[in-house]
Amino acid sequence: MSVLVYTETEDGKFKKAAFEVASYAKEVAGGDEVVAVSFNAADTSELGQYGVSKVLNIQNDKLSKFNAEAYADALKQAAEKEGSKIVVVSQSANSKYLAPLLAVHLNAGYASNVMAAPESTDPFTVKRSAFTNKAFNFTKITTDVKIVGLSQNAFGLRENQGDAIVEDFSPELKDGDFSVNVESVDKAKDKVTIADAEIVVSGGRGLKGPENWGMIEEMADILGAATACSKPVSDMGWRPHSEHVGQTGKPVASNLYIAVGISGAIQHLAGINAAKTKVVINNDPEAPFFKAADYGVVGDAFEIVPKLNEKLKEFKAKNA
Amino acid sequence: MKILVCISHVPDTTSKINFTDGDSKFDTNGVNFVINPNDEFGLTRAMWFKEKQGASVDVVNVGSAQTEPTLRKALAIGADNAIRVDTPATDGFQVAKQLAKVAKEGEYDLIIAGRESIDYNGGMVPGMLAAILDANFVNNCISLEIEGDKATAIREIDGGKETLTASLPLVIGGQKGLVEESDLKIPNMRGIMQARKKPLNVVAAEEVSTQTEAVKFEKPAPKGDVKLVDPENLDELIDLLHNEAKAI
Repeated sequence: MSVLVYTETEDGKFKKAAFEVASYAKEVAGGDEVVAVSFNAADTSELGQYGVSKVLNIQNDKLSKFNAEAYADALKQAAEKEGSKIVVVSQSANSKYLAPLLAVHLNAGYASNVMAAPESTDPFTVKRSAFTNKAFNFTKITTDVKIVGLSQNAFGLRENQGDAIVEDFSPELKDGDFSVNVESVDKAKDKVTIADAEIVVSGGRGLKGPENWGMIEEMADILGAATACSKPVSDMGWRPHSEHVGQTGKPVASNLYIAVGISGAIQHLAGINAAKTKVVINNDPEAPFFKAADYGVVGDAFEIVPKLNEKLKEFKAKNA
Repeated sequence: MKILVCISHVPDTTSKINFTDGDSKFDTNGVNFVINPNDEFGLTRAMWFKEKQGASVDVVNVGSAQTEPTLRKALAIGADNAIRVDTPATDGFQVAKQLAKVAKEGEYDLIIAGRESIDYNGGMVPGMLAAILDANFVNNCISLEIEGDKATAIREIDGGKETLTASLPLVIGGQKGLVEESDLKIPNMRGIMQARKKPLNVVAAEEVSTQTEAVKFEKPAPKGDVKLVDPENLDELIDLLHNEAKAI
């Protein structure tokens, strides 16, 4: 038996999520093999450090842009070739796109939003987040082949010194794999995304207007964080919709979430519950966010944030 | 164009989340159910296709009779017909299989589902449905235009967006952006009256074996109280974040 992982790349480099799914697969595999499927990576050697024993190395120009159906087809062929009974993917937008397709193609049960190593492997039971992080759902996968969708930052990275053997892999792609055509990709370069960020700094209506976002962006710069906002802020057009986090916006699962001038509506909290540590800065001590946060500062954001930024700069300079 | 909108019947966001039967079932006691928000964005976009492009719009739910008020609400918003597949929803695959049967029989051109339901958050039904039907699929869809049998869709990706084209039949996993919150329609009295007379067909479920099983539920441990830091002593906050939370 082997455990197969989809190790995501971006511009030829592995994403952190790739190493996290590999770490997880190593734990699940025990002594068995962990096989990574890599699409157009420039250098696959890093995978060995996270427990991968074999890399199926795909180099194919037709797969230079992510295409869910084509990638799912390649992963299916890899799983069949390797006889993999467990496939681990992340919960990035791309992985969430392809996993249900792969599940049907492999006739595999799929558990998404998995939070930890399996509770048991026979029966195969995993802990998942549900009800927008207000509960956990222990799910048993009853099929022969199983797909685990591992939530970002849920398992973490486990270094595992080793080398992976690299094997060229050329899946047979059909025309139908490309029947959804990717016309163009519009992605901000050199900007940390909410999905990949370790830290997210978020602003709400308490900031009074888009012209006041400088200090939020400064804090994000200092911390290497992504910027986000509450729903009213994106609805009013102060910030782009892509920054809206919450139930109908983007989910946040970062290590740290800093909310400035956000009262903490239930829909907002639903989307950021999975963040490990939450900090709120708000002048209203009754704001519901204080009930959800780990650390809070009651006071005027326009005084606190610039001061905090100075102190964070000093801290970063000392701890660089 | 024939559109099918898949409607999930979910507890509203403010619901208390509790479990019964030895923590194996969601406790529906006192819970107010609504159309899943991600589905409602899709339904509202479907109404646009109905008004501007003469599409017909059916809605479907897989569930027991308790979900009918939610389907009636979709009819009041403007859907033409409702279909309820008469079986409790058990897992994503089982729901996708039931929906696929309805979709095949109805020969729909466009099937709109939500990217995920706000209760179980599985995010798998739209993709599985597309794969079972061998239809094209776009997930996290934030914009959709149809010309003839060609669709142009925008998909939200991590850190940006992507424009995709595909021919119909197409399944989408939709979300906010398909329409904005301000476009959502609150049914008026006329809509509600008309909805009572619109067809709500109950169809028998197919025999489908499930692939996963929810064994039990658990609530997270109650969170400790927030630690308040004096605004005059922000060094303490940095210290806590560094040494206690290990977050910076």
